[in-house]
Amino acid sequence: MGANDFASLPHIGESVLRKEDYRFLTGAGQYTDDITLTRMTHAVFVRSPHAHALIKSINTTAAKAAPGVIGVLDGKDVAHDKLNGLPCGWLITSTDGQPMKEPPHPVLALDKVRYVGDHVVMIVAETLEQAKNAAELVEVDYEMLPAVVDVRDAKKGTALHDAAPDNQCYHWALGDKGLVDEAFTKAAHITKLDLINNRLVPNAMEPRVAIGSYSRANDDYTLYVSNQNPHVERLLMTAFVMGLPEHKVRVIAPDVGGGFGSKIYLYAEDVCLTWASKKLNRNIKWVCERGEAFLSDAHGRDHSSHAELALDKDGKFLALRVHTDANLGAYLSTFSTCVPTILYATLLAGQYTTPLVYVEVDAWFTNTAPVDAYRGAGRPEATYLLERIVSRAAFELGLSQDEIRRRNFIAEFPYQTPVALQYDTGDFVACMDASQKLADVAGFKARQEASKANGKLRGIGYSSYIEACGLAPSNIAGALGARAGLFECGEVRVHPTGSVTVFTGSHSHGQGHETTFAQVVASRLGISVDSVDIVHGDTGRVPFGMGTYGSRSISVGGAAIMKALDKIEAKAKKIAAHLMEAADTDIDFANGEFTVRGTDKKIPFGTVALTAYVPHNYPLETLEPGLNETAFYDPTNFTFPSGTYIAEVEVDPETGVVRLDRFTAVDDFGTIINPMIVEGQVHGGLVQGIGQALTENCVYDRETGQLLTGSFMDYAMPRADEFPQFNIGHICTPCTHNPLGTKGCGEAGAIGSPPSIINAVLDALAPLGVKDLDMPATPHRVWEAIQSAKA
Amino acid sequence: MMQVNLTVNGAPVTLNVSPNTLLVQALREHLNLTGTHVGCDTAQCGACTVHVNGQAVKSCNVLLVQVDGASVDTIEGIAEADGTMHPMQAAFKDCHGLQCGYCTPGMVMNAIDISRRHPNPTEQQIREHLQGNLCRCTGYQNIVKAVQQGAAAMKA
Repeated sequence: MGANDFASLPHIGESVLRKEDYRFLTGAGQYTDDITLTRMTHAVFVRSPHAHALIKSINTTAAKAAPGVIGVLDGKDVAHDKLNGLPCGWLITSTDGQPMKEPPHPVLALDKVRYVGDHVVMIVAETLEQAKNAAELVEVDYEMLPAVVDVRDAKKGTALHDAAPDNQCYHWALGDKGLVDEAFTKAAHITKLDLINNRLVPNAMEPRVAIGSYSRANDDYTLYVSNQNPHVERLLMTAFVMGLPEHKVRVIAPDVGGGFGSKIYLYAEDVCLTWASKKLNRNIKWVCERGEAFLSDAHGRDHSSHAELALDKDGKFLALRVHTDANLGAYLSTFSTCVPTILYATLLAGQYTTPLVYVEVDAWFTNTAPVDAYRGAGRPEATYLLERIVSRAAFELGLSQDEIRRRNFIAEFPYQTPVALQYDTGDFVACMDASQKLADVAGFKARQEASKANGKLRGIGYSSYIEACGLAPSNIAGALGARAGLFECGEVRVHPTGSVTVFTGSHSHGQGHETTFAQVVASRLGISVDSVDIVHGDTGRVPFGMGTYGSRSISVGGAAIMKALDKIEAKAKKIAAHLMEAADTDIDFANGEFTVRGTDKKIPFGTVALTAYVPHNYPLETLEPGLNETAFYDPTNFTFPSGTYIAEVEVDPETGVVRLDRFTAVDDFGTIINPMIVEGQVHGGLVQGIGQALTENCVYDRETGQLLTGSFMDYAMPRADEFPQFNIGHICTPCTHNPLGTKGCGEAGAIGSPPSIINAVLDALAPLGVKDLDMPATPHRVWEAIQSAKA
Repeated sequence: MMQVNLTVNGAPVTLNVSPNTLLVQALREHLNLTGTHVGCDTAQCGACTVHVNGQAVKSCNVLLVQVDGASVDTIEGIAEADGTMHPMQAAFKDCHGLQCGYCTPGMVMNAIDISRRHPNPTEQQIREHLQGNLCRCTGYQNIVKAVQQGAAAMKA
């Protein structure tokens, strides 16, 4: 079935209320911490209080003797049991042809700690309180070493790893430097910009939790874990770390309270719990406290960049030249290495016809928590850089922010960018038009005057983003260094009574798959949404899966379900043909009915389903009974959601307070299956992106490496009273290469919004001479920028 | 150990606990009412919000002994006996006021309290009163809408 046919089916484009909501609203959701196993014990981790130190000795004698303690394990036990370190899933090759530096990532520190929060000792006790008390008795003798926190200090800092003496993981580049440098010599205007993409802490509301369980009777393990991709978790843990056969480990990620990337990765705690559950022969639960989450969850962003844009006399972009220093933290987290390279540099053409782009990325180890993909992952960093420099060029040339974009928009598709991607479709002008209309840009001047009358400065900021989603064609990803496939799997099980259970490798942790995926199946089979249940998050029930990240679920996971439905339909047609004594090729299927073309013969889907399982009148010699099909879908290209966001802020020049007054987002997500859910995804993404731009900032002390923003008291999470109602709109150019026409919507808000906010603040402050500002635009920073412009 | 008597979701409960037991621990670990969640350790996120004598309270910040003799209501206790959702629960569903569901019980419990105190809450009032409840998924817009709709339904 083609994307256009799909989009016209019933239930597609319908805001069906969510099937999962009843359990969440009545307190019946089952998150990992809600699970209690028999004779369950509790784990806590003794973590490093230092950013960088040698471990001279660990004395666990008192802890082992403490009441209720069942086990005390450290790096020596890990080594004794021959567990490997945590693997990195993406190999980046430096410009000199050398593979990235890939130092060991031990499950428990062996002789050195490398960031505050690094795992040193695991304590298991009958109660959580006993485990915490025992943890207090562990004596670790540290010899402190100098810490390095900032990427700009990394090269000169004390080496974290023997494998990387200058703390550099890789030096990577994309594009033709010679051609780009030559283009700059011919430019009529060059805009230059230094910028910081601030480090963020993902902070899903449910902290990480895991329960390890081992059965001596069956010699198998079950790991319950708050995770976005249980099959990937299992594969990494069994094949790379523990050397176990995969079928002996079942990973269950039940209801998961948000992920935003931070729950993709295999963490040390997950391995420790699985390992110790056999070693101690007890069920063990670990619940991450929020303070621990700040220290030990993978963080996001943390780039320091210099960018230069060459323009001709008409404001057409000739070339872009970028250098980025990326902070990877102390160790390589699962997908850390591809974020500042493959997911970043390839997006630097943006929506524009810039013919030449050259990007260099230096990636560094520092004494900070590992950095990995966080909502958007590389694409927000690319968008922030590009959309900031484009607006800055507009300011410098006296062009309006929309005009400079319109002069450079790509208009013809497919479009091959100079940074490896081929955009299949889009309509950037239509998006800009729709966004400007919805934002009432025509009324901006009047609103600006009204603000002025109140002593406030009003500014408008634009951002036209594009992102690559639907990760990813496995062969392309493999050529770029991925150590995994990136397909998805779906199984459609039609029951004898005609209801359906779908087993999907995608994982829902807020995205509403139980509803959206049910709409897809119901629309195809002509049955009600209520008669379709979606099962996910359990390697014991779902055949296989690569999970949910990179806005891939509907475009890749949904496409796998569509392929399985194709097989269901093909087989069901054969059964229907038999029942109606017609040829398979004469059977049509629509609205839940099989008909024989050119006749009035018809039978409903339910009859065919029943016949498949009660095959009394059935072509048994040529067709197997049953109606249950599995499909794997590997995409042929990325999908390319795009949009134009317009922010309007009011700045109080006396206090530096920025008030977001209006925000408009018009996106092109291709086909939309459930508009209510899609808008919810945009709202959430926007608040994370606007949070980055206005309030959120993860700060380590530059000298000591201590985390200064280690709780919700210090890290300014966005709150309800900081936002206006968002204006949301859509245009639709369906994706050309998947059967649904969908592009993905989960990350757009977080990708597109930060530069629009900063551009708006800079537009507001332009009369005061302020030209630059780094995120987050807190009152203090804005006030300082105003004062230094005055000076 | 000490004995604490209270009413939970309308039923009398007697618990023998150590004096440092928090209300949220008693609910989750002793009474298996796991709908009340813990999202932080600094009383900032509000995922643990329950009603104590009808008022919204962060149960991570209250010792069980402090509610001796009190009436405590949790997310499990506000629907009808036949499972029909409370009007505020229904409004959250109607308005897509939840995504991952983790902050939701706290949000709903606070929203009911807001609506009792302000039967016709403005958008600004709702946003200000939700300040103590963090949500990382929804961007708050649909929660605000849900509280408005739920408040109107509660009045009806």
